[in-house]
Amino acid sequence: MFTQRHLLGIESLSPQDITEILDLADRYAKHNLKQNKHLDVLAGLTQVNMFFENSTRTQASFEIAGKRLGADVMNMSMQASSIKKGETLIDTALTLNAMHPDLLVVRHPHSGAVKLLAEKVNCAVLNAGDGRHEHPTQALLDALTIRRSKGRLHRLTVAICGDIAHSRVARSNMFLLGKMENRVRLVGPKTLMPSGVDKLGVEVTDNMAEGLKDADVVMMLRLQKERMDGGFIPSEREYYHRWGLDPAKLANAKPDAIVMHPGPMNRGVEIDGTLADDINRSVIQEQVEMGVAVRMAVMELLARNLRKLKAEVTTC
Amino acid sequence: MLILTNARIIDPEAGTEALGAVRIEGGIIAEILPASTEGIDCKGKYLAPGIIDIGVKIGEPGERHKESFRTAGLAAAAGGVTTMVTRPDTTPAIDTPEILDFFRRRAADASPVNVLPMAALTKGRKGKEMAEIGFLQDAGAVAFSDADRPVTNPKTLQRILTYASATNALVIAHVQEPVLSKGACVTSGPFATKQGLPAVSPMAERIQLERDMALVEMTGAKYHADQITCAAALPVLERAKAMGLNVTAGVSIHHLTLNEFDVEDYRTFFKVKPPLRSEDDRLAVVQAVADGLIDTVSSMHTPQDEESKRLPYEEAASGAVGLQTMLPALMQLVHGGHMDLPTLFRAISLNPAKLLGLNAGRMAVGSPADLILFDPDAPFVMDRFKLLSKSKNTPFDGRRMQGKVLKTFVAGKQVF
Repeated sequence: MFTQRHLLGIESLSPQDITEILDLADRYAKHNLKQNKHLDVLAGLTQVNMFFENSTRTQASFEIAGKRLGADVMNMSMQASSIKKGETLIDTALTLNAMHPDLLVVRHPHSGAVKLLAEKVNCAVLNAGDGRHEHPTQALLDALTIRRSKGRLHRLTVAICGDIAHSRVARSNMFLLGKMENRVRLVGPKTLMPSGVDKLGVEVTDNMAEGLKDADVVMMLRLQKERMDGGFIPSEREYYHRWGLDPAKLANAKPDAIVMHPGPMNRGVEIDGTLADDINRSVIQEQVEMGVAVRMAVMELLARNLRKLKAEVTTC
Repeated sequence: MLILTNARIIDPEAGTEALGAVRIEGGIIAEILPASTEGIDCKGKYLAPGIIDIGVKIGEPGERHKESFRTAGLAAAAGGVTTMVTRPDTTPAIDTPEILDFFRRRAADASPVNVLPMAALTKGRKGKEMAEIGFLQDAGAVAFSDADRPVTNPKTLQRILTYASATNALVIAHVQEPVLSKGACVTSGPFATKQGLPAVSPMAERIQLERDMALVEMTGAKYHADQITCAAALPVLERAKAMGLNVTAGVSIHHLTLNEFDVEDYRTFFKVKPPLRSEDDRLAVVQAVADGLIDTVSSMHTPQDEESKRLPYEEAASGAVGLQTMLPALMQLVHGGHMDLPTLFRAISLNPAKLLGLNAGRMAVGSPADLILFDPDAPFVMDRFKLLSKSKNTPFDGRRMQGKVLKTFVAGKQVF
């Protein structure tokens, strides 16, 4: 059973935890198709979304998830606020903690920052992405999408392609898919491959045809131009030619392979636009849909654990 | 007159340890005897030359809230460090004779142990124009260094080394290629990748050392690499020494006793400069100290307050305090069978003294009676709040350690 107080990363989850979260998320995915989506699971709880880094999609997804479960949701855009005034992360956390939130959803540009913050607050903390480290709900929603499409989440060959070095999505997915006993291949230019990653239980190649061969799932990553110091790849067009996903490269994968992308997409850079819209191959829209369901599930479980923890404290 | 008797006397020069007595007169070691009937009974504990610690950061001037001469001096005395060779990376940098003079007066007033200052190599440690090396030498600077900032421009460094060689000034350099190292806070590899932290290859150390060795070869300067921390850099050092270049190298206690995995979940007390290395590198460097290829070991004492460490790993300040943790940390290497006590004291007392042209660091008649009495076996659990430094940022907090300083003497006077 998933008993953790926070969700800081995939690395600390067991396969049972992952299955529990996905099972619950599956139920929420069905629920989300109803006309009346409102529930009271988180009624009375306060959810604060603290984003120290720009995000539209993830923040919206967490906001909708919280509201559907009946939480009071507040969004704080942290780039604009106290950080600019020189307040440290811990002071921000303590200030916020004094307002007694129950769920804190945090994104931060630095690896480990969300964990640091979690150490200083009484509520449950949900990592919505820390630096290049982890983005656990993204990996969970990807896993749910794969499971629904493939009918299972083990013994699949998954190719994760593109800018691995700067990607927390790649890391979380790598951990999750590994834990569930899948074959994971990382494909991309060597300059975007983090050092020593081949020692973390994955196969590494810089050749798309080789990497996609017989894959069940092809997961494309955004080429994060804003993260680059410059000089990782010669040009966008050379990148697209060698690593951009088009029908010819996809032909190396299994005929029923699905195409995924965490978004936002750069059409014509890492993925062919027509392919991204091909409803027979692309599950990109479903990923977004599953995002809300997974976040509802995680928040319900964290709230459950939090209540248990508080009950234990009061009975002591 | 003071006699210390029934002590196991460590002589790093002869490479021996033997039971005996030491007679001290006028602050000088006057006689070394096999035994003595009078004097203080050391009960078979170990007597060694005091530690000469090259590269101690003191918060004065500029960051007295992190460390003062008084607190650093007390920590040094308690840690068996009888001479602190201080870094110039203060605010402002110690780059003029006037600031150096202020520094020396403060040191003399407040510190119970010897303080020998280094001065900045370039003005403001900016790596552009050389500091007044001659004047600073006259004012008492024992070495020149920009601390953790390498001089990027090779032409600038070439001229500085040429000038320094003429005055026989010792230049201490940080050997991390700055462009590769920029922004990096861990060593590249699977651990860095898993944690998603900006990383640098240990090759950045070798590249910088290679460059500096070529410049030393050109200029004939007297050069010391502050910290050699990886296996890849060792052959470069070996070659330079074989060529007869006037080159020595040091390493910090942290790189000898910790590795990259100790950072675990972003523990910022383990953030040091250069970043902690792999276990293979650590072992290679330990061996290099035992073999004498790496000449000196220092604490790289860098006090940081809680505020500068309680930040996300990338933003947190680098450095760890070390004056008081140095001896117990290094005892780990002795107890682990990597080196014996005379070899250790060669690296922490004798060689630093030789490098700086001091008569100290020896167990010899006529040398200053800067001595420590210690028990290499005494076990304890490190509690960072018991450290005497104003800043408590040690990575050894909570660690089971062995080795306690019992008494510290500076010029025959007991300071701890």
